[in-house]
Amino acid sequence: MAFDKMELKDIEVWDGNYAAAQAMRQCQIDVVAAYPITPSTPIVEGYGNFKANNYVEGEFVMVESEHAAMSGCIGAAAAGGRVATATSSQGFALMVETLYQASGMRLPIVLNVVNRALAAPLNVNGDHADMYLGRDSGWIQLDAYCPQDAYDLNFIAFKVSEDHDVRLPCMVHQDGFMTSHTAQGVHTLSDDVAYGFVGDFQPMNDMLDFEHPVTHGVQTEEDWHFEHKARQHNDLMTKVFPKIQAAFDDFEKLSGRKYNLVESYDMDDADVAVVCMGTSVETAREVASEMREKGVKAGVVGLRVIRPFPFFEIAEALKGAKAIATLDRSSPGGAPGMLFNEIAGCLFNTDDRALLSGFIYGLGGRDLTKKHLVEIFTQLQANVDAGKVTTSLQQFIGVRGPKLQFL
Amino acid sequence: MLEIRWHSRAGQGAVTGAKGLADVISTTGKHVQAFAFYGSAKRGAAMTAYNRVDDKVIMNHEKFMAPDYVLVIDPALLYTTDVTINHKENTVYIITTHLDKEQLVASQPKLEGKEVYIVDCIKIAQETIGKPIPNTPMLGALMKISGMYEIDFFKDNMIRVLGKLPQKIIDANMIAIQRAYDEVK
Repeated sequence: MAFDKMELKDIEVWDGNYAAAQAMRQCQIDVVAAYPITPSTPIVEGYGNFKANNYVEGEFVMVESEHAAMSGCIGAAAAGGRVATATSSQGFALMVETLYQASGMRLPIVLNVVNRALAAPLNVNGDHADMYLGRDSGWIQLDAYCPQDAYDLNFIAFKVSEDHDVRLPCMVHQDGFMTSHTAQGVHTLSDDVAYGFVGDFQPMNDMLDFEHPVTHGVQTEEDWHFEHKARQHNDLMTKVFPKIQAAFDDFEKLSGRKYNLVESYDMDDADVAVVCMGTSVETAREVASEMREKGVKAGVVGLRVIRPFPFFEIAEALKGAKAIATLDRSSPGGAPGMLFNEIAGCLFNTDDRALLSGFIYGLGGRDLTKKHLVEIFTQLQANVDAGKVTTSLQQFIGVRGPKLQFL
Repeated sequence: MLEIRWHSRAGQGAVTGAKGLADVISTTGKHVQAFAFYGSAKRGAAMTAYNRVDDKVIMNHEKFMAPDYVLVIDPALLYTTDVTINHKENTVYIITTHLDKEQLVASQPKLEGKEVYIVDCIKIAQETIGKPIPNTPMLGALMKISGMYEIDFFKDNMIRVLGKLPQKIIDANMIAIQRAYDEVK
Protein backbone atom coordinates (compact mmCIF):
# COMPACT_ATOMS: atom_id res chain seq x y z
CA MET A 1 0.00 0.00 0.00
CA ALA A 2 1.44 3.35 -1.01
CA PHE A 3 1.58 6.26 1.37
CA ASP A 4 2.40 9.93 0.85
CA LYS A 5 5.57 11.69 1.87
CA MET A 6 5.44 15.09 3.52
CA GLU A 7 7.40 18.16 2.49
CA LEU A 8 8.90 19.86 5.53
CA LYS A 9 10.62 23.22 5.85
CA ASP A 10 14.23 23.14 7.10
CA ILE A 11 13.02 24.74 10.32
CA GLU A 12 9.46 24.07 11.47
CA VAL A 13 7.92 25.71 14.53
CA TRP A 14 6.73 22.65 16.41
CA ASP A 15 5.98 21.81 20.01
CA GLY A 16 7.58 18.71 21.52
CA ASN A 17 4.48 16.59 20.98
CA TYR A 18 4.23 17.36 17.28
CA ALA A 19 7.98 16.91 16.87
CA ALA A 20 7.66 13.40 18.36
CA ALA A 21 4.63 12.59 16.19
CA GLN A 22 6.51 13.70 13.05
CA ALA A 23 9.53 11.57 13.99
CA MET A 24 7.21 8.57 14.51
CA ARG A 25 5.69 9.18 11.06
CA GLN A 26 9.11 9.33 9.45
CA CYS A 27 10.21 6.05 11.07
CA GLN A 28 7.37 4.18 9.28
CA ILE A 29 6.12 2.24 12.29
CA ASP A 30 4.23 -1.00 11.73
CA VAL A 31 1.98 -0.82 14.79
CA VAL A 32 1.03 2.01 17.15
CA ALA A 33 -1.37 0.91 19.92
CA ALA A 34 -2.32 3.94 21.98
CA TYR A 35 -4.64 5.40 24.57
CA PRO A 36 -4.61 9.19 24.97
CA ILE A 37 -3.71 11.04 28.16
CA THR A 38 -2.71 14.66 28.86
CA PRO A 39 -0.14 16.00 28.05
CA SER A 40 0.97 13.30 25.57
CA THR A 41 -2.39 13.14 23.73
CA PRO A 42 -1.29 15.32 20.78
CA ILE A 43 1.43 12.78 19.91
CA VAL A 44 -1.03 9.99 19.15
CA GLU A 45 -3.62 12.50 17.91
CA GLY A 46 -1.07 13.88 15.45
CA TYR A 47 0.01 10.39 14.46
CA GLY A 48 -3.62 9.33 13.98
CA ASN A 49 -4.08 12.38 11.78
CA PHE A 50 -1.12 11.31 9.63
CA LYS A 51 -2.65 7.84 9.40
CA ALA A 52 -6.04 9.22 8.37
CA ASN A 53 -4.43 11.39 5.69
CA ASN A 54 -2.39 8.54 4.21
CA TYR A 55 1.01 9.64 5.48
CA VAL A 56 1.34 6.41 7.47
CA GLU A 57 1.16 2.86 6.19
CA GLY A 58 1.15 0.95 9.48
CA GLU A 59 -1.66 -0.02 11.83
CA PHE A 60 -3.09 2.29 14.46
CA VAL A 61 -4.86 0.35 17.19
CA MET A 62 -7.20 2.23 19.51
CA VAL A 63 -7.33 0.35 22.79
CA GLU A 64 -9.26 0.71 26.04
CA SER A 65 -6.43 1.60 28.42
CA GLU A 66 -2.70 2.19 28.67
CA HIS A 67 -2.26 -1.33 30.00
CA ALA A 68 -3.84 -2.56 26.78
CA ALA A 69 -1.80 -0.08 24.73
CA MET A 70 1.51 -1.49 25.94
CA SER A 71 0.12 -5.05 25.76
CA GLY A 72 -0.76 -4.43 22.10
CA CYS A 73 2.74 -3.06 21.51
CA ILE A 74 4.26 -6.14 23.15
CA GLY A 75 2.19 -8.48 20.95
CA ALA A 76 3.08 -6.58 17.81
CA ALA A 77 6.77 -6.39 18.72
CA ALA A 78 6.86 -10.13 19.41
CA ALA A 79 5.11 -10.74 16.10
CA GLY A 80 8.01 -8.87 14.50
CA GLY A 81 7.37 -5.23 13.66
CA ARG A 82 8.46 -1.71 14.42
CA VAL A 83 6.32 -0.54 17.33
CA ALA A 84 5.79 2.64 19.33
CA THR A 85 3.31 4.51 21.53
CA ALA A 86 3.11 7.47 23.92
CA THR A 87 1.77 8.13 27.40
CA SER A 88 2.04 10.22 30.58
CA SER A 89 1.52 10.06 34.32
CA GLN A 90 -1.46 7.88 35.38
CA GLY A 91 -1.36 6.16 32.00
CA PHE A 92 2.31 5.39 32.50
CA ALA A 93 1.53 4.10 35.99
CA LEU A 94 -1.13 1.79 34.57
CA MET A 95 1.43 0.57 32.02
CA VAL A 96 4.04 -0.33 34.60
CA GLU A 97 3.21 -4.03 34.80
CA THR A 98 3.56 -4.38 31.04
CA LEU A 99 6.75 -2.27 30.93
CA TYR A 100 8.55 -5.02 32.81
CA GLN A 101 7.08 -7.59 30.40
CA ALA A 102 8.37 -5.65 27.40
CA SER A 103 11.92 -5.34 28.66
CA GLY A 104 12.06 -8.87 30.09
CA MET A 105 10.90 -10.28 26.74
CA ARG A 106 13.63 -8.16 25.08
CA LEU A 107 11.21 -6.43 22.71
CA PRO A 108 12.23 -3.22 20.94
CA ILE A 109 9.42 -0.72 21.57
CA VAL A 110 9.71 3.07 21.62
CA LEU A 111 7.60 4.82 24.25
CA ASN A 112 7.33 8.61 24.22
CA VAL A 113 6.77 9.63 27.84
CA VAL A 114 5.58 13.20 28.24
CA ASN A 115 6.48 13.68 31.88
CA ARG A 116 3.66 14.65 34.23
CA ALA A 117 3.00 14.53 37.96
CA LEU A 118 1.32 11.52 39.58
CA ALA A 119 -1.88 11.93 41.61
CA ALA A 120 -3.02 12.52 44.29
CA PRO A 121 -3.73 15.43 44.16
CA LEU A 122 -4.64 15.17 40.49
CA ASN A 123 -2.38 17.37 38.37
CA VAL A 124 -1.86 17.47 34.62
CA ASN A 125 1.37 19.46 34.64
CA GLY A 126 4.96 18.48 34.20
CA ASP A 127 7.22 16.89 36.79
CA HIS A 128 9.39 13.78 36.69
CA ALA A 129 7.31 11.44 38.89
CA ASP A 130 6.38 9.13 36.02
CA MET A 131 9.93 9.14 34.63
CA TYR A 132 11.27 8.12 38.04
CA LEU A 133 8.61 5.40 38.33
CA GLY A 134 10.07 3.74 35.23
CA ARG A 135 13.70 3.75 36.22
CA ASP A 136 13.97 0.13 37.44
CA SER A 137 11.84 -1.27 34.61
CA GLY A 138 14.77 -2.42 32.47
CA TRP A 139 14.07 0.08 29.68
CA ILE A 140 16.54 2.47 28.13
CA GLN A 141 15.55 6.04 29.07
CA LEU A 142 16.59 9.06 26.99
CA ASP A 143 15.83 12.62 28.07
CA ALA A 144 14.90 15.58 25.83
CA TYR A 145 15.38 19.16 26.97
CA CYS A 146 13.45 20.88 24.15
CA PRO A 147 11.29 20.03 21.10
CA GLN A 148 14.38 19.57 18.89
CA ASP A 149 15.68 16.87 21.24
CA ALA A 150 12.26 15.18 21.35
CA TYR A 151 12.38 14.91 17.55
CA ASP A 152 15.99 13.76 17.27
CA LEU A 153 15.95 11.28 20.17
CA ASN A 154 13.08 9.33 18.63
CA PHE A 155 15.37 8.33 15.76
CA ILE A 156 18.13 7.41 18.21
CA ALA A 157 15.61 5.37 20.22
CA PHE A 158 14.49 3.20 17.29
CA LYS A 159 18.05 2.72 16.08
CA VAL A 160 19.38 1.56 19.47
CA SER A 161 16.32 -0.33 20.69
CA GLU A 162 16.02 -2.47 17.53
CA ASP A 163 19.73 -3.28 17.32
CA HIS A 164 20.05 -7.06 17.58
CA ASP A 165 22.78 -6.72 20.21
CA VAL A 166 20.43 -4.59 22.34
CA ARG A 167 16.78 -5.65 21.84
CA LEU A 168 15.57 -3.54 24.75
CA PRO A 169 12.65 -1.10 24.74
CA CYS A 170 13.41 2.61 24.96
CA MET A 171 11.59 5.60 26.45
CA VAL A 172 12.03 9.12 25.11
CA HIS A 173 11.16 11.59 27.86
CA GLN A 174 10.11 15.20 27.43
CA ASP A 175 8.75 17.65 30.01
CA GLY A 176 4.96 17.94 30.00
CA PHE A 177 3.88 21.37 28.67
CA MET A 178 7.35 22.93 29.11
CA THR A 179 8.49 20.91 26.09
CA SER A 180 5.37 19.11 24.88
CA HIS A 181 3.25 22.25 24.43
CA THR A 182 6.02 24.79 23.83
CA ALA A 183 6.57 25.60 20.16
CA GLN A 184 10.13 26.28 19.11
CA GLY A 185 12.12 26.03 15.93
CA VAL A 186 12.91 22.40 15.04
CA HIS A 187 15.46 21.57 12.36
CA THR A 188 13.92 18.76 10.36
CA LEU A 189 15.22 15.83 8.35
CA SER A 190 13.57 14.96 5.06
CA ASP A 191 11.43 11.82 5.12
CA ASP A 192 14.00 9.84 3.12
CA VAL A 193 16.98 10.95 5.21
CA ALA A 194 15.16 10.26 8.47
CA TYR A 195 14.04 6.81 7.38
CA GLY A 196 17.48 6.08 5.98
CA PHE A 197 18.94 6.73 9.43
CA VAL A 198 16.73 4.26 11.29
CA GLY A 199 16.64 1.81 8.37
CA ASP A 200 14.28 -1.07 7.65
CA PHE A 201 13.08 -3.04 10.65
CA GLN A 202 15.13 -6.21 11.08
CA PRO A 203 13.06 -8.88 12.78
CA MET A 204 14.54 -11.26 15.37
CA ASN A 205 12.77 -14.26 16.89
CA ASP A 206 9.57 -12.98 15.29
CA MET A 207 6.48 -15.05 15.92
CA LEU A 208 5.27 -14.54 12.35
CA ASP A 209 8.29 -16.46 11.06
CA PHE A 210 6.52 -19.80 10.90
CA GLU A 211 9.62 -21.60 9.62
CA HIS A 212 11.32 -20.92 12.94
CA PRO A 213 8.78 -21.26 15.75
CA VAL A 214 9.65 -19.43 18.98
CA THR A 215 8.07 -18.96 22.39
CA HIS A 216 7.78 -15.53 24.00
CA GLY A 217 6.74 -14.71 27.56
CA VAL A 218 7.67 -17.94 29.27
CA GLN A 219 7.65 -18.79 32.96
CA THR A 220 10.95 -19.35 34.74
CA GLU A 221 11.16 -20.04 38.44
CA GLU A 222 14.14 -20.25 40.75
CA ASP A 223 15.95 -22.34 38.15
CA TRP A 224 16.34 -19.66 35.42
CA HIS A 225 14.75 -16.31 36.39
CA PHE A 226 17.94 -14.87 37.89
CA GLU A 227 20.00 -15.75 34.81
CA HIS A 228 17.54 -13.98 32.52
CA LYS A 229 17.49 -10.85 34.68
CA ALA A 230 21.29 -10.93 35.03
CA ARG A 231 21.71 -11.17 31.26
CA GLN A 232 19.31 -8.28 30.73
CA HIS A 233 21.23 -6.15 33.22
CA ASN A 234 24.54 -7.20 31.68
CA ASP A 235 23.36 -6.01 28.27
CA LEU A 236 22.09 -2.74 29.73
CA MET A 237 25.44 -2.17 31.44
CA THR A 238 27.78 -3.25 28.64
CA LYS A 239 26.04 -3.14 25.26
CA VAL A 240 23.76 -0.12 25.30
CA PHE A 241 26.22 2.76 25.78
CA PRO A 242 28.42 1.86 22.78
CA LYS A 243 25.31 1.58 20.60
CA ILE A 244 23.90 4.89 21.82
CA GLN A 245 27.27 6.55 21.27
CA ALA A 246 27.51 5.09 17.76
CA ALA A 247 23.97 6.30 16.99
CA PHE A 248 24.83 9.78 18.35
CA ASP A 249 27.97 9.83 16.16
CA ASP A 250 26.06 8.78 13.04
CA PHE A 251 23.34 11.28 13.80
CA GLU A 252 25.85 14.09 14.16
CA LYS A 253 27.29 13.26 10.75
CA LEU A 254 23.79 13.34 9.30
CA SER A 255 22.37 16.41 11.03
CA GLY A 256 25.28 18.32 12.56
CA ARG A 257 23.56 18.03 15.95
CA LYS A 258 25.73 16.48 18.66
CA TYR A 259 24.35 14.52 21.59
CA ASN A 260 26.32 12.96 24.46
CA LEU A 261 25.55 10.33 27.10
CA VAL A 262 26.07 13.12 29.64
CA GLU A 263 25.79 16.73 28.54
CA SER A 264 28.30 19.11 30.16
CA TYR A 265 28.19 22.86 29.80
CA ASP A 266 30.91 25.21 31.06
CA MET A 267 32.29 22.37 33.19
CA ASP A 268 36.00 22.54 32.23
CA ASP A 269 36.93 24.95 35.02
CA ALA A 270 33.68 24.98 37.02
CA ASP A 271 33.82 25.37 40.79
CA VAL A 272 30.06 24.98 41.22
CA ALA A 273 27.75 22.73 39.21
CA VAL A 274 24.08 21.89 38.93
CA VAL A 275 22.96 18.41 37.82
CA CYS A 276 19.44 18.20 36.44
CA MET A 277 17.19 16.88 33.66
CA GLY A 278 14.63 18.09 31.12
CA THR A 279 13.99 21.76 30.34
CA SER A 280 15.74 22.73 33.58
CA VAL A 281 19.09 21.87 31.95
CA GLU A 282 18.67 24.65 29.40
CA THR A 283 17.42 27.24 31.88
CA ALA A 284 20.33 26.33 34.19
CA ARG A 285 22.79 26.75 31.28
CA GLU A 286 21.54 30.27 30.70
CA VAL A 287 21.85 31.10 34.42
CA ALA A 288 25.33 29.52 34.61
CA SER A 289 26.51 31.85 31.82
CA GLU A 290 25.07 34.81 33.72
CA MET A 291 26.77 33.66 36.96
CA ARG A 292 30.09 33.55 35.13
CA GLU A 293 29.65 37.21 34.19
CA LYS A 294 29.39 37.84 37.95
CA GLY A 295 32.61 35.92 38.60
CA VAL A 296 31.12 32.60 39.76
CA LYS A 297 32.61 29.69 37.81
CA ALA A 298 29.33 27.87 37.23
CA GLY A 299 28.59 24.83 35.10
CA VAL A 300 25.74 22.47 34.31
CA VAL A 301 25.58 18.71 33.84
CA GLY A 302 22.49 17.22 32.21
CA LEU A 303 21.61 13.55 31.96
CA ARG A 304 20.86 12.62 28.34
CA VAL A 305 20.69 8.93 29.20
CA ILE A 306 18.99 8.14 32.52
CA ARG A 307 18.98 4.35 32.13
CA PRO A 308 21.41 2.78 31.84
CA PHE A 309 22.90 5.23 34.32
CA PRO A 310 26.16 6.75 32.99
CA PHE A 311 28.00 6.21 36.27
CA PHE A 312 31.59 6.93 35.23
CA GLU A 313 30.70 9.52 32.58
CA ILE A 314 28.91 11.65 35.19
CA ALA A 315 31.80 11.36 37.64
CA GLU A 316 34.10 12.44 34.80
CA ALA A 317 31.85 15.37 33.87
CA LEU A 318 31.82 16.56 37.50
CA LYS A 319 35.56 16.13 38.00
CA GLY A 320 37.06 19.19 39.65
CA ALA A 321 33.75 20.73 40.73
CA LYS A 322 33.96 21.76 44.38
CA ALA A 323 30.26 22.10 45.17
CA ILE A 324 27.45 20.28 43.33
CA ALA A 325 23.67 20.58 43.54
CA THR A 326 21.32 17.84 42.37
CA LEU A 327 17.86 18.95 41.23
CA ASP A 328 15.12 16.35 41.59
CA ARG A 329 11.71 17.15 40.06
CA SER A 330 9.86 14.33 41.82
CA SER A 331 8.57 13.93 45.35
CA PRO A 332 11.36 11.98 47.04
CA GLY A 333 8.96 9.96 49.21
CA GLY A 334 11.08 9.87 52.34
CA ALA A 335 14.52 9.70 50.67
CA PRO A 336 17.11 12.29 49.64
CA GLY A 337 16.06 12.20 45.97
CA MET A 338 17.04 9.97 43.04
CA LEU A 339 19.66 12.25 41.52
CA PHE A 340 21.18 13.02 44.93
CA ASN A 341 21.57 9.31 45.65
CA GLU A 342 22.83 8.37 42.20
CA ILE A 343 25.30 11.25 41.99
CA ALA A 344 26.53 10.55 45.51
CA GLY A 345 27.06 6.96 44.46
CA CYS A 346 29.11 7.78 41.40
CA LEU A 347 31.25 10.36 43.24
CA PHE A 348 31.83 8.40 46.44
CA ASN A 349 34.92 6.50 45.31
CA THR A 350 36.51 9.41 43.45
CA ASP A 351 39.36 11.51 44.83
CA ASP A 352 37.35 14.73 44.53
CA ARG A 353 35.54 15.30 47.78
CA ALA A 354 32.90 17.56 46.30
CA LEU A 355 30.28 19.13 48.56
CA LEU A 356 26.94 17.67 47.50
CA SER A 357 23.53 19.14 48.27
CA GLY A 358 20.09 18.24 46.93
CA PHE A 359 17.08 20.28 45.89
CA ILE A 360 13.48 19.20 45.33
CA TYR A 361 11.75 21.54 42.90
CA GLY A 362 9.01 22.02 40.33
CA LEU A 363 6.47 19.44 41.52
CA GLY A 364 3.18 19.53 39.62
CA GLY A 365 4.60 21.97 37.08
CA ARG A 366 5.68 24.64 39.60
CA ASP A 367 7.93 27.08 37.75
CA LEU A 368 11.69 26.78 38.11
CA THR A 369 12.70 30.42 37.71
CA LYS A 370 16.08 31.82 36.84
CA LYS A 371 15.97 33.48 40.26
CA HIS A 372 15.78 30.05 41.94
CA LEU A 373 18.83 28.92 39.99
CA VAL A 374 20.78 32.06 40.92
CA GLU A 375 20.02 31.25 44.58
CA ILE A 376 21.27 27.68 44.12
CA PHE A 377 24.52 28.71 42.42
CA THR A 378 25.05 31.40 45.08
CA GLN A 379 24.58 28.82 47.85
CA LEU A 380 27.02 26.48 46.14
CA GLN A 381 29.64 29.24 45.97
CA ALA A 382 29.08 29.89 49.69
CA ASN A 383 29.70 26.19 50.32
CA VAL A 384 32.94 26.37 48.35
CA ASP A 385 34.04 29.45 50.33
CA ALA A 386 33.20 27.81 53.65
CA GLY A 387 34.72 24.46 52.69
CA LYS A 388 31.60 22.65 53.85
CA VAL A 389 27.90 22.36 53.09
CA THR A 390 26.41 25.36 54.89
CA THR A 391 22.77 24.30 54.45
CA SER A 392 20.67 21.21 55.02
CA LEU A 393 21.46 18.47 52.50
CA GLN A 394 17.91 18.48 51.16
CA GLN A 395 16.01 21.70 50.48
CA PHE A 396 12.68 22.39 48.81
CA ILE A 397 12.64 25.38 46.46
CA GLY A 398 9.64 27.20 45.02
CA VAL A 399 7.19 25.79 47.57
CA ARG A 400 5.00 28.13 49.65
CA GLY A 401 5.01 28.22 53.45
CA PRO A 402 7.89 27.98 55.93
CA LYS A 403 11.16 26.81 54.34
CA LEU A 404 11.31 23.03 54.13
CA GLN A 405 14.70 21.44 54.65
CA PHE A 406 15.84 18.04 55.86
CA LEU A 407 18.97 16.04 56.53
CA MET B 1 15.07 39.13 23.83
CA LEU B 2 11.54 40.26 23.01
CA GLU B 3 8.82 38.91 25.30
CA ILE B 4 5.07 38.99 24.81
CA ARG B 5 2.26 37.94 27.15
CA TRP B 6 -1.27 37.27 25.94
CA HIS B 7 -4.35 37.50 28.20
CA SER B 8 -7.19 35.48 26.80
CA ARG B 9 -10.02 33.13 27.58
CA ALA B 10 -9.55 29.48 26.67
CA GLY B 11 -11.11 29.10 23.21
CA GLN B 12 -10.35 32.62 21.96
CA GLY B 13 -7.25 31.47 20.14
CA ALA B 14 -4.38 32.96 22.12
CA VAL B 15 -2.34 29.75 21.79
CA THR B 16 -2.97 29.59 18.05
CA GLY B 17 -2.13 33.29 17.84
CA ALA B 18 1.10 32.88 19.78
CA LYS B 19 2.14 29.85 17.72
CA GLY B 20 1.21 31.58 14.46
CA LEU B 21 3.26 34.61 15.42
CA ALA B 22 6.21 32.36 16.31
CA ASP B 23 5.89 30.58 12.97
CA VAL B 24 6.00 33.85 11.01
CA ILE B 25 8.93 35.24 13.01
CA SER B 26 10.85 31.96 12.60
CA THR B 27 10.85 32.35 8.81
CA THR B 28 12.98 35.50 9.21
CA GLY B 29 15.78 33.54 10.92
CA LYS B 30 15.03 34.52 14.49
CA HIS B 31 14.59 32.03 17.32
CA VAL B 32 11.15 31.72 18.84
CA GLN B 33 9.24 30.15 21.69
CA ALA B 34 5.47 30.01 22.17
CA PHE B 35 3.75 28.47 25.18
CA ALA B 36 0.76 28.83 27.47
CA PHE B 37 -0.52 28.12 30.96
CA TYR B 38 -3.33 25.63 30.60
CA GLY B 39 -3.96 23.94 33.92
CA SER B 40 -7.20 22.06 33.46
CA ALA B 41 -8.72 25.18 31.90
CA LYS B 42 -12.21 24.94 30.48
CA ARG B 43 -13.47 27.03 27.59
CA GLY B 44 -13.98 30.56 28.83
CA ALA B 45 -11.50 30.33 31.70
CA ALA B 46 -8.90 33.10 31.95
CA MET B 47 -5.53 31.99 30.62
CA THR B 48 -2.20 33.41 29.50
CA ALA B 49 0.01 32.59 26.52
CA TYR B 50 3.56 33.70 25.85
CA ASN B 51 6.07 34.45 23.09
CA ARG B 52 9.82 34.82 23.33
CA VAL B 53 11.88 36.04 20.35
CA ASP B 54 15.64 36.31 20.22
CA ASP B 55 18.60 36.34 17.84
CA LYS B 56 20.15 33.35 19.62
CA VAL B 57 18.70 29.97 20.65
CA ILE B 58 16.21 30.43 23.49
CA MET B 59 17.17 28.25 26.43
CA ASN B 60 15.11 29.90 29.13
CA HIS B 61 12.15 27.66 29.98
CA GLU B 62 10.90 29.52 33.05
CA LYS B 63 7.26 30.49 32.92
CA PHE B 64 7.98 33.77 34.69
CA MET B 65 8.12 36.70 32.27
CA ALA B 66 8.43 40.49 32.49
CA PRO B 67 6.88 41.24 29.09
CA ASP B 68 7.71 43.93 26.54
CA TYR B 69 4.17 43.66 25.13
CA VAL B 70 0.93 42.67 26.83
CA LEU B 71 -1.88 41.67 24.45
CA VAL B 72 -5.37 41.53 26.00
CA ILE B 73 -7.83 39.89 23.63
CA ASP B 74 -10.86 39.70 25.95
CA PRO B 75 -12.13 43.06 27.26
CA ALA B 76 -13.41 41.79 30.63
CA LEU B 77 -10.06 40.27 31.67
CA LEU B 78 -8.86 43.80 32.34
CA TYR B 79 -11.06 43.80 35.45
CA THR B 80 -10.83 40.17 36.64
CA THR B 81 -7.09 39.57 36.24
CA ASP B 82 -4.05 41.83 36.71
CA VAL B 83 -2.79 42.40 33.18
CA THR B 84 0.03 44.62 34.54
CA ILE B 85 1.60 41.87 36.70
CA ASN B 86 5.43 41.62 36.40
CA HIS B 87 5.45 44.65 34.11
CA LYS B 88 8.51 46.61 33.07
CA GLU B 89 8.75 50.39 32.97
CA ASN B 90 8.31 50.40 29.21
CA THR B 91 5.80 47.55 28.81
CA VAL B 92 3.39 48.30 25.96
CA TYR B 93 -0.28 47.28 26.26
CA ILE B 94 -2.61 46.54 23.36
CA ILE B 95 -6.10 46.02 24.70
CA THR B 96 -9.31 44.87 23.07
CA THR B 97 -12.10 47.23 24.10
CA HIS B 98 -15.13 49.15 22.84
CA LEU B 99 -14.24 52.07 25.14
CA ASP B 100 -12.08 55.01 24.17
CA LYS B 101 -8.66 55.30 25.81
CA GLU B 102 -9.69 57.78 28.53
CA GLN B 103 -12.69 55.69 29.54
CA LEU B 104 -10.55 52.57 29.54
CA VAL B 105 -7.83 53.98 31.79
CA ALA B 106 -10.48 55.50 34.08
CA SER B 107 -12.15 52.10 34.36
CA GLN B 108 -8.86 50.38 35.24
CA PRO B 109 -6.55 52.81 37.11
CA LYS B 110 -3.64 50.31 36.96
CA LEU B 111 -3.19 51.41 33.34
CA GLU B 112 -2.56 55.02 34.33
CA GLY B 113 0.78 56.28 33.06
CA LYS B 114 1.28 53.16 30.94
CA GLU B 115 1.72 53.05 27.15
CA VAL B 116 -1.71 51.80 26.12
CA TYR B 117 -3.16 51.19 22.67
CA ILE B 118 -6.73 50.14 21.98
CA VAL B 119 -8.47 48.19 19.25
CA ASP B 120 -11.81 46.36 19.25
CA CYS B 121 -10.66 42.90 18.13
CA ILE B 122 -13.93 41.27 19.20
CA LYS B 123 -16.02 43.58 17.01
CA ILE B 124 -13.58 43.26 14.09
CA ALA B 125 -13.63 39.46 14.35
CA GLN B 126 -17.43 39.34 14.52
CA GLU B 127 -17.80 41.60 11.49
CA THR B 128 -15.20 39.81 9.35
CA ILE B 129 -14.78 36.20 10.47
CA GLY B 130 -18.30 36.01 11.88
CA LYS B 131 -17.14 34.71 15.26
CA PRO B 132 -15.67 36.48 18.31
CA ILE B 133 -12.19 34.96 17.76
CA PRO B 134 -9.95 37.96 18.39
CA ASN B 135 -6.52 36.38 17.95
CA THR B 136 -5.59 37.21 14.35
CA PRO B 137 -6.81 40.84 14.51
CA MET B 138 -4.63 41.34 17.61
CA LEU B 139 -1.63 40.26 15.54
CA GLY B 140 -2.49 42.94 12.97
CA ALA B 141 -2.56 45.52 15.76
CA LEU B 142 0.76 44.23 17.11
CA MET B 143 2.38 44.62 13.68
CA LYS B 144 1.29 48.27 13.59
CA ILE B 145 2.37 49.17 17.12
CA SER B 146 5.63 47.17 17.21
CA GLY B 147 6.64 47.87 13.61
CA MET B 148 7.90 44.28 13.64
CA TYR B 149 7.11 43.53 9.97
CA GLU B 150 5.43 45.15 6.98
CA ILE B 151 1.77 44.21 7.11
CA ASP B 152 1.80 42.66 3.62
CA PHE B 153 4.74 40.42 4.52
CA PHE B 154 2.92 39.40 7.69
CA LYS B 155 -0.35 38.67 5.92
CA ASP B 156 1.37 36.60 3.23
CA ASN B 157 2.93 34.46 5.93
CA MET B 158 -0.31 34.15 7.88
CA ILE B 159 -1.97 32.78 4.75
CA ARG B 160 0.57 29.94 4.91
CA VAL B 161 0.10 29.46 8.68
CA LEU B 162 -3.68 29.26 8.29
CA GLY B 163 -3.14 27.00 5.25
CA LYS B 164 -5.58 24.20 6.03
CA LEU B 165 -8.60 26.43 6.73
CA PRO B 166 -11.24 27.04 4.03
CA GLN B 167 -10.35 29.91 1.67
CA LYS B 168 -13.33 31.98 2.88
CA ILE B 169 -12.07 31.87 6.46
CA ILE B 170 -8.51 32.75 5.41
CA ASP B 171 -9.78 35.73 3.40
CA ALA B 172 -11.86 36.93 6.35
CA ASN B 173 -8.84 36.65 8.66
CA MET B 174 -6.76 38.76 6.27
CA ILE B 175 -9.42 41.50 6.30
CA ALA B 176 -9.54 41.28 10.11
CA ILE B 177 -5.74 41.61 10.40
CA GLN B 178 -5.72 44.62 8.06
CA ARG B 179 -8.63 46.31 9.86
CA ALA B 180 -6.98 45.94 13.28
CA TYR B 181 -3.73 47.26 11.78
CA ASP B 182 -5.60 50.30 10.49
CA GLU B 183 -7.85 50.84 13.52
CA VAL B 184 -5.49 50.38 16.49
CA LYS B 185 -4.72 53.69 18.20
